[in-house]
Order: sequence, then structure tokens, then C-alpha cells
Amino acid sequence: MGWTGTILRVNLSNGSVTKEPLDLQLARAYIGGRGLATKILYDEIDPRLDPLGPANKLILATGPLTGTNAPTGGRYMAVTKSPLTAAIACSNSGGYVGAEMRYAGYDLVIVEGKAPHPVYLWINNDRVEIRDAAQVWGQSTHETEDALRAATSAEAKILSIGPAGETLSLTACIINDKHRAAGRSGVGAVMGSKNLKAVVFRGTRSVKVAHPQEFMRACLTAVAKLKADHGSGEGLPTYGTPGIVNVINAHGFMPTNNFQFGQFAGADKISGETIHEEILIRNKGCFACTIACARVTEVKAGTFKGSGEGPEYETVWGLGAMTGVDDLAAVTKANYLCNELGMDTIEAGVAIATAMELFERGYIPEREIGRSLRFGDADALVEMTEKLGRGEGFGALLALGGARLAERYGHPELFMGVKQQAFAAYDGRGAQGIGLGYATSNRGACHLRGYTIAAEVFGVPRKMDPFSTEGKAALAKASQDATAFVDSTGTCVFTTFALGPADLHAMLELATNAGYTEEEVVKIGERIWNLERLFNLKAGFSAKDDTLPRRILEEPIPAGPAKGKVARLGEMLPEYYRLRGWDPQGVPTPEKLRDLGLYPTP
Amino acid sequence: MAKVLSIIPERCTACRACELACSVKHTGEFNPTRSRIKVSIFLEEAVYIPTACTQCSEAWCAKICPTTAILRNDDYMAYYVDDNKCVGCKMCVLACPFGAIELYADHGKAEKCDLCLSIDGDPECVKFCTPKALLFTDEDAGPKAKQAATALRMKEVYKEVAG
Ligand code: SF4
Ligand code: SF4
Ligand code: SF4
Repeated sequence: MGWTGTILRVNLSNGSVTKEPLDLQLARAYIGGRGLATKILYDEIDPRLDPLGPANKLILATGPLTGTNAPTGGRYMAVTKSPLTAAIACSNSGGYVGAEMRYAGYDLVIVEGKAPHPVYLWINNDRVEIRDAAQVWGQSTHETEDALRAATSAEAKILSIGPAGETLSLTACIINDKHRAAGRSGVGAVMGSKNLKAVVFRGTRSVKVAHPQEFMRACLTAVAKLKADHGSGEGLPTYGTPGIVNVINAHGFMPTNNFQFGQFAGADKISGETIHEEILIRNKGCFACTIACARVTEVKAGTFKGSGEGPEYETVWGLGAMTGVDDLAAVTKANYLCNELGMDTIEAGVAIATAMELFERGYIPEREIGRSLRFGDADALVEMTEKLGRGEGFGALLALGGARLAERYGHPELFMGVKQQAFAAYDGRGAQGIGLGYATSNRGACHLRGYTIAAEVFGVPRKMDPFSTEGKAALAKASQDATAFVDSTGTCVFTTFALGPADLHAMLELATNAGYTEEEVVKIGERIWNLERLFNLKAGFSAKDDTLPRRILEEPIPAGPAKGKVARLGEMLPEYYRLRGWDPQGVPTPEKLRDLGLYPTP
Repeated sequence: MAKVLSIIPERCTACRACELACSVKHTGEFNPTRSRIKVSIFLEEAVYIPTACTQCSEAWCAKICPTTAILRNDDYMAYYVDDNKCVGCKMCVLACPFGAIELYADHGKAEKCDLCLSIDGDPECVKFCTPKALLFTDEDAGPKAKQAATALRMKEVYKEVAG
């Protein structure tokens, strides 16, 4: 119960399709989603392999709560070795696809090998076909979805890549339900490398939970808590994630112009409030989501006309503050382009911002770009986003992501990220905890692998001074472990504003009847985190990769409330390793591994 | 006074929680294809329309049923299917102008929204609709609210014209 009990394995090289029983012992130990898929990837691939080679695998994974009434219970994970970072990748998305995969009867879909020509998967309950995708190759994600729905079922739910994924851009994401993205770590390029354009699901079966009535009561309790909470019940529904633009800017750690400043003069022009006034059509929820933070928007007139969903907070930052552009219509248009062409709005925005700084400092000559590329240039932003997505001209270099671009022009120090993955919209010089989180995140810089900002800005579960390093090692660890657990259930991290492990544990246990205790589920989060770490160590990462760019460590924020601050990583990292039970080289000790049930296996 | 299920599509966020809640209440399993309420989602137009049986005063499904399996509970003003009488002839499916009654292959009987009266008369979908796009209200509350809103708009126009 709780799990469908079936894994679908598709080998694109030889066209074989097999259904395997899920090892329930393994499922219990890793829950599902991110955890279970990581365990399977760890067991099945060599972490050193070429992520864009046929030996890499792409695992689409749901959790036991995906497809149920557990609030936000609609999520799936794309787990693979990342071509952007060479580390473990696990990109998460909402929409309707995850639930449909469970209704089709599968907990996980493992894609192996490489098709000889472009294909898509048509998974219609038991029937699985590898179909020719010549018709849709080269098309946007939106065109692809429309065409494949017409070719399969009007009720089909689809995930696909756009031209960015096809051309193996390291910024490429997977888009589902037209506007939802498994965004980070270049997972779209892995699909592209397999010649896999899309996966189409239609499922009409049931998802069963062990105790339906008690489960529904637990769901209602959780719904009520989410509703009563200021963040999940009010802030997010009203202004969506961009509702925090003005808050973070006021704190002085809104990264601006490639982290040259901590405040953006145009912040209010791209804030949640402005979005609400100018372009919002309505709110939208993902599957089973009671928060509904998604914004359906439309830019009605002008050069940047269009409609779609977004922008999210990270997007108004990545394509906005980070590039110095305060033209909401342009930022929104660039967002739509990212969704249609299939790239991560963060990675794309940071790549463009990196190019802007390289250009302004005279490291990239104008003729190579084909135009000037200054911070704040809205036309340039939109033009470069489109070029990046299609891999045209200078766009082909942007498509490598900011890290490789900066390196190529001889100034790797101008890339703002960790393990070649771009930072998110919080400057680690201001919020010390998130700096530590970025440095130690298993998938490279990431705000969702331990959202310390909840404590450092919003006081959840308790307010901590963002400028202080005190207690941040413990905060980062707790937050990372909790997130790994949440990500494995099939629900969304935004629930953590109002729900604690106890709430999620209640739903999980009533769904699975697996005998989980509350302490145990948190420990499972820690087990997952350590397993990801082991993957990365095997892939060649070490303590020296748990670091931040020189700018963040040495150049103080020049002005604003965070003036004079740098990230004091050295004060936090040793303590973090200690709390984790790792040695000073960042390697989990045998005792720790034994304690987590990770030793002697793997 | 009888209560009705009123639907306010403008408030719907397309979360489909209602579909799940309905299916689990009536079947014990999560399965949107077994839900008696269906949310049609038009992503491009950003239009989300939940639909369920309207409990027609003159219910064609009931009228046409050759075995009188579709009955009305007058306390609730809701029609429900008597499983013992339903023979799966699909006449009701043909007759309903809204597609609000369906035949489910696995048990071969018709299913429709009965305002949950076959269970406890407490509509489950409504409980899970956080944006309150679904309401279980007095029969005339919906029209009354619309009348009041229309009057308010007319008052504004009137003031403008007269003023
Ligand atoms: S629960 Fe409410 S908001 Fe969600 S789909 Fe149903 S009617 Fe719409
Ligand atoms: S099933 Fe159709 S015909 Fe019967 S009461 Fe409902 S809407 Fe009317
Ligand atoms: S009132 Fe009950 S039967 Fe009708 S749609 Fe809602 S949950 Fe289903």
C-alpha cells in the first residue's frame, strides 16, 4: 500500500520495455521520489561516467503521496547524473504529470540507453510504446504537448524538452504541463542526449492508501494548517513566490548585477505586488495543491507581448535583478521563452548576467556577441534568452551555463555559483546560512536543498539573525535532511512553512502502513543526504568543492543593510562536517554510515 | 431548505483536489476517473471549469431509467443510483445533457454525484476545495448572491448616469 509496487524500465538503445516489482524493503528505507531514485541510480551507474553518454540513466520518480489528497501531493523528481555539475541531480516539478504516472501504475520510470533517432514514450496504463518523434523534434515544449496530446489522448499529461534540451544546452530543463519545470542541473540535456523528446502519460488506475478514512482526516488537518499559516495560506496565494522580492531586497541580500550589489533599485517594478497589478490573470495550483502559488499571466501589449505562467521569485531575480533588468514585460517574456524552449530560468539568467559582466569589463568583445550586452538592457535580455534556447550564435556559448562561459573567457571567478551550478536569489554574504547551504548542497548551489531563509528571514520555525553564523551549521543540516525527506514523499517543500515532520509522517504512515516512526523519517532524510554525498565522492568531488566564489568570500557587499558583509564559510564548515558525522575532509565516517544503515552496503 | 452544490469557476485553481476527494470517498481509492466531479482545465485560456450533476428538477437520467434505479431523496433534493436496481443499460448516460452520469466498466453500474448522501450527506469535494470554488449552500443562496452583485453594479451605473 502507498506504493504502486511497479517500476517501468525502458531501454532506448534496444527498445526493451520491462516492468519490475518495486523492492518494498528498499522503498521503505528511501520512501520514494528523490531518495529511492538516488539509491537506484547509485546502485546502477558508475558515478564517474559521462552524463551525456548512453550509460547515464534518467529516473522519473514519484513518492507514496503523489496522486493522493495530501496537500501538494503531485510532485515527481528527475534524478540522474548532471551534465552541468557532474554531481547527482534531482530536479523536482509539480503540475499533473507525477500523479498521472502513478495512475498509470508506476512509482518510477527508469530510462536507459539512447534511441537511434528522436522518440517519445507513450505510457498508457500497461501499454508502453516507444514512438517516433520526428514530427515534434525541434518544436517548443508547448507545440510538442499539443501535438502529442493530439496523437495520443486528450487527457494525456506530458513532460518534454524544447530546443535547449535537444541541443544539449547545460541550462536545459524538463517542462511538464506547459509551464512547470524540473528546472535545475541540466536534466533536460540528459533527455536530449538520449534522443528522448517527451514522455506522455495516461493513467486510469487507482492509487491506494492503507487507511483511506484516517488518511483523509490527516490531509484535512494539514490543509487547515496550510490555510492558517501566513506564508502558505496568505503570502503565497496572494502574491506567489515573487511576494518576497521587496522583503529580500530590504534585507540587502538580493543579488544584483551578477552579485556586484546587494540591492536592486528596480526591485519594486518586478515585485509580486507589481505582477499582481499589471500582468496577473489568475492563480493556479499544481495537482492537489491547496497553496496555488503559480501565476497565470499575460503581457497584453508591446514588443514583449505574450502569455503563460510565471515569473517566479527566482525568475524575476535571475532574469531581472541579476541582469539589472527592471522591465517586468521583458523579464516575463524571457520567462515564457525559457518555458517554451526548455531551459532553467535561473541558469539562463545567470549565464546572461555573467556574460554582461564579462562584456562590461571588456573581456568579451562586442563582435563575438553581435551586440552590446550591458546590465539593464531589456532588449538584450530577451534576445539573448531566445538565442540561448536555440543555441544560435553567441547563444551557443550562453547555453554552456555561466561557469563554462566565464572560464572560456579566462575569468572563472566571475561565475556566481557552486559546482558549476548558479546561485539562487539570496546572497550568501547576507544570509550566512544559505551561503553554507549553497557550498554544501549535493547538487551544486541551490536554495531548495535546505531553505535556511525560512529561519533567517521569515522566522520559521524560529527567527535567526541572517548576518550571524551562530547555529547555522545545525540549521543547514536540519533543513537539508528535512528537505530530502519531503522531496521523497511526493509533496512540495512549500508545505514546510506550516507543516512539520510530524504532519507529513502522519500522512505517510497512514498511506503506507510501513511502521515509520517520526524520528525515523527525519533520519531517512539524513540517509538520503549522505547517500548523495557518497555518489558525489565517488564521482570525484571532495571538500575543496564545498566552497563559494571569491567574490562571496572576500568582496564585501558594497552598500545597503548588508554593507560590509562577506560569507564566513570558514567559521561554519568545520562545525557542519562535525555535526554531519563527517571527517575534516567531508567524508562520512564509517560510524555515521553504520548509524544510517549505509554500511557495509553500499 | 435543500442545499445545492454551487460552483464558482472563477475561484478554481485547477488543483483537482475535489476529484480525488470524491473518488476516495466513494471508492476508497484515489482515481480521478472515478470522480463524480470533473475539472476541465484549459491551460492556454487559463479557464478551469469544475462540473458535476446539477440535480435537475426534471431529471432526464431518472425519467429514462427503465428500472427506476435513479431515485430522488427529497430531503436533499439529490438523485442517487440504487446499485441493486441499476442494470448498466447506459440509458441515463445517453439522456443526461451534461455527461454528469457515467458507467464504470469495473462494476458495470452508473455513478453520479449524489451530494454524498449515499455516505453521509456531507460533500467531500467541498471540504477539500480551499479557494472555495465549491460551496454547499442553500438552494437560493447562489442566485441571491448574483442578484445582489448585479444590483450593486447597476447602482454604480445608475449613479454615474444620474449624477
Ligand atoms: S478543489 Fe476547488 S479549486 Fe481545486 S479543482 Fe476542485 S473546484 Fe477547483
Ligand atoms: S445526471 Fe444529468 S440528467 Fe441526471 S440529474 Fe444529473 S445533470 Fe440532470
Ligand atoms: S458532492 Fe460528493 S458525490 Fe458529489 S461531486 Fe462532491 S464529493 Fe462527489
